[in-house]
Amino acid sequence: MRFATPLLTAALLVGCGPKHAETPHRAPSAPVTVSNAGQQIDAIRRGVPIDQEATPPPMARVENFDQPRARNYEKQPPTIPHSIDNYQLTVNTNRCMLCHTPSNAAKFEAPPVSSAHFLTRDGKVLEQISSRRYFCVQCHVVQTDAPQLVDNGFRRAEGLQ
Amino acid sequence: MTGRLGAMVTWVRSWLRPFWDTLRRPSVHLSFGFLTLGGFMAGIIFWGGFNTAMEATNTEAFCTGCHEMGSNVLPELRTTIHYSNRSGVRATCSDCHVPHKWTHKMARKMQASKEVYAAIFRTVDTREEFLDRRLELAKHEWARLKANDSLECRNCHQFDSMDLTRQSPRAGKIHQRFLGTGLNTCIDCHKGIAHQLPRMAGIPQG
Repeated sequence: MRFATPLLTAALLVGCGPKHAETPHRAPSAPVTVSNAGQQIDAIRRGVPIDQEATPPPMARVENFDQPRARNYEKQPPTIPHSIDNYQLTVNTNRCMLCHTPSNAAKFEAPPVSSAHFLTRDGKVLEQISSRRYFCVQCHVVQTDAPQLVDNGFRRAEGLQ
Repeated sequence: MTGRLGAMVTWVRSWLRPFWDTLRRPSVHLSFGFLTLGGFMAGIIFWGGFNTAMEATNTEAFCTGCHEMGSNVLPELRTTIHYSNRSGVRATCSDCHVPHKWTHKMARKMQASKEVYAAIFRTVDTREEFLDRRLELAKHEWARLKANDSLECRNCHQFDSMDLTRQSPRAGKIHQRFLGTGLNTCIDCHKGIAHQLPRMAGIPQG
């Protein structure tokens, strides 16, 4: 029939949908429990004996959802809810402060840095961020979806349950 | 025209006269067809050769052939998303720094003779000299991109083609609010997207 080729082509095109869409976000899987935890030389091997070659797990992805996470204890530096790849934080420039400085925070819908970041060691208030707090990633980190290495019973501080 | 000026003009004319007479004389031995078609084909060869040479000066190998580019700016590019990313699309020097349209490209190439001068006379020879000039050179590029509405960015990234739902929530919101409305252009916020930033004190970002 005349319409065989066009029909087949159409069917093929429809079938080849977004197959290679972005990998969906994996929920953090259960902690990897190992039976002989006490006898391991290096916990990162996840129980693989030393005379065998371990298969490395897939690389964990940085969570990039922009939803603020709950804190675990009072005054915890909040974790970063977005990716910071290639953000330049050097003596020349501070990319974090572009959005998180109080004057810009409303414009970019970013939480402003707390006022404690503008104090010197002696408690004097400064106009710009204190050099003690300039390098954000010394305290604030991103989170990935990597599984926990060991099972643990960590609980949030009582006031924040 | 009298005196010294008149004598100079006469001297110049006496040199140019033979060439002018030859050009004005009609062809004696070569046919009309040969001259026109041959001239046409020679013009094509010349034009193609000219543009090939021009494009050769747009390659990354040519740009980074000078050490001040190859050892300062290229390693910085290699760590960024414009060099290595998920989809494997790479932007080289000319994609961002050389306009794509022919007339603007020619203008930029003529401007680049200043850079040839600097390369020959070693204006930027050491890392320290480069760092001293980095702010000034960066400002030139920012001003150029601001003036042409980030034209080189838009050669690849167009707002109308952006699927904002596939960007992170922040990025989608900010692009919609500032880029989509025309308030800002790409270079206003994305300074340092391909190279390390110079001292940014007092320079507005976003």
